[in-house]
Amino acid sequence: MGTVAEPLPAPATAPPTYAEVTRDVIATLRPPGRKYYIGLAFVLAGLAWGAFCWAWQLRFGLGVTGYQPPIFWGTYIACFVFWVGIAHSGTLISAILLLFRSGWRTAVYRAAEMMTVFAVMTAGLFPILHLGRAWYAYWVFPYPNFRGLWSNFRSPLVWDVFAISTYLTVSVTFLTMGLIPDFAAVRDQARGWRKRFYSLASFGWKGSDREWRHWGKMYLYLAGFATPLVLSVHSVVSWDFAMAIVPGWHATIFAPYFVAGAIFSGCALVVTILVPLRKQFHLERYIQVRHFDSLAKVILLTGSIVAYAYVVEFFMSWYSGNIFERQSFYARAFGEYWWATWIMLSCNVFVPLLLWFKRVRTNLRALWIISIFINIGMYFERWVIIVTGLSHEYEPWQWSYYLPRWPEIGILVGSFCWFTMWFLLALKFLPVVAISEMKEAGPPPLRAGARAGSQA
Amino acid sequence: MSAGPGVVAVFGQLDATVATIGALKQRGFANYRVYTPVPRPELADALAQKTSPVRLFTLFGALCGTCFGFFYAIATSLDWPLITGGKPIISWPPFIVIGFETTILLGALITVAGMFLLAGLPRLGRAPGYDPRFSDDKFGVVAFGGPAQLAEAREIFTTNGAEEIKDV
Repeated sequence: MGTVAEPLPAPATAPPTYAEVTRDVIATLRPPGRKYYIGLAFVLAGLAWGAFCWAWQLRFGLGVTGYQPPIFWGTYIACFVFWVGIAHSGTLISAILLLFRSGWRTAVYRAAEMMTVFAVMTAGLFPILHLGRAWYAYWVFPYPNFRGLWSNFRSPLVWDVFAISTYLTVSVTFLTMGLIPDFAAVRDQARGWRKRFYSLASFGWKGSDREWRHWGKMYLYLAGFATPLVLSVHSVVSWDFAMAIVPGWHATIFAPYFVAGAIFSGCALVVTILVPLRKQFHLERYIQVRHFDSLAKVILLTGSIVAYAYVVEFFMSWYSGNIFERQSFYARAFGEYWWATWIMLSCNVFVPLLLWFKRVRTNLRALWIISIFINIGMYFERWVIIVTGLSHEYEPWQWSYYLPRWPEIGILVGSFCWFTMWFLLALKFLPVVAISEMKEAGPPPLRAGARAGSQA
Repeated sequence: MSAGPGVVAVFGQLDATVATIGALKQRGFANYRVYTPVPRPELADALAQKTSPVRLFTLFGALCGTCFGFFYAIATSLDWPLITGGKPIISWPPFIVIGFETTILLGALITVAGMFLLAGLPRLGRAPGYDPRFSDDKFGVVAFGGPAQLAEAREIFTTNGAEEIKDV
């Protein structure tokens, strides 16, 4: 007793060997069972319904939505912001935590990165879905044309085009580059067409010293680029609103508020996805409860920033003395949209308070349920900001009320199915846990009697 | 670097691989290659790897991106000089957003291109001495050279506990 420290408890299971990592992760790529196909069919049906709703909207115009002047941004733009936000946690976990050398990211980053790419792919659809004449969507890109017209680079919407296109390209690149060594590991265990597929996908990677040397630096620099990028993307998205003089939008707090909200919702969706994934693929040895504990702490931190931002927003509307700001925020809390605001506050501020308790953070069922609440709350946050802002602008005769109609709800559901479809397909082609990094995180195989670090 | 005949050894342990690299260097081998399933710092130290010049591509790409972003925004604004919101035609603050995004876009893409170029990817031919186990749980060391050197390499591999030794 006295000053002698208690020995640390031995880990529940020994860390997996290199061969075990390869074997266990490749096992997730085996041909799927009936449950998978039923899930995929369900998702495809939802996607087909979303596609039908969009076709309907294209045929009959935006009048089929619930838009009421002056509310012409509604469910679609809320979906856009929601999905871009979801993407952010993937880059946070894969790039920012890489730079911070956070060990716990290794087990979860691949799934989070996949989520990032598919979420940006989903988000990118919404500016197009939101257009009445969607076939002119390419007009947002500045390209030489015979009319001599160019985009207005002073508009935040054009910044958004650049930010989202860059984000999609860089996150796809980051994911693909990280996958190269893992594809090589899968290739060497595969047969038939899969071997040919992974040979192509791995670019003939052999894991030579020369390859690793350049790859390692490239990966680090990509993380270095992705880190400011992820902070910039949601800032630019927030400026879509903050640059306008709509009461409730025109605030300098918007950029950090949106970034924190994005990571908050994204980490919640990582939990929502990983809990069933871990169980289904028996990855308990790799994705451990402590990883969820760390994710929950990130959720708790970013959730606290979001809660603080809500308070600041309400405080500033009162403290500014500006009657337009005051009425907008009064209407937000007690007007026609009180229900949406209180769902937002309950799910994003009150429910996550449970995460202060370690017992909750390490109880996966509880954590999963909380993560669903956060997803719902964050969707409502975007909806509240957009719709209540527009519904209570300056002149009372312009005040209006908007609720989505069935094509919008169909497309919302379709977007979730689109995202899930990509995720389900990717689960059977991409290693959901990073093979080489997982090996790197564990102890290397050494000769009997040798200790790590003493061999060089 | 990999021309000519060689001999490959399969190792099951990291420290054995590191010791082998040390021995090869000590005996004056210059033409050898190491395959590993994971990038371990011990191996990088043993190989005395210099910092990858991929960073030069990163710098070049990022600078190109910055110039491109600002040039694009400025040149197109001058080509279509429409005043919006009472702001100058060349408005620096919003153009920083464009310049920033293209810096990252081109910086990232040219970094990747640099890695492909420097690492010799995509590899179309065979890698001499490669074994599928090297992406799983084994380390590989391939030494190239004349018959006398290869005999010496075999001896080094055996002394350091190679699990398997093959001609390439």
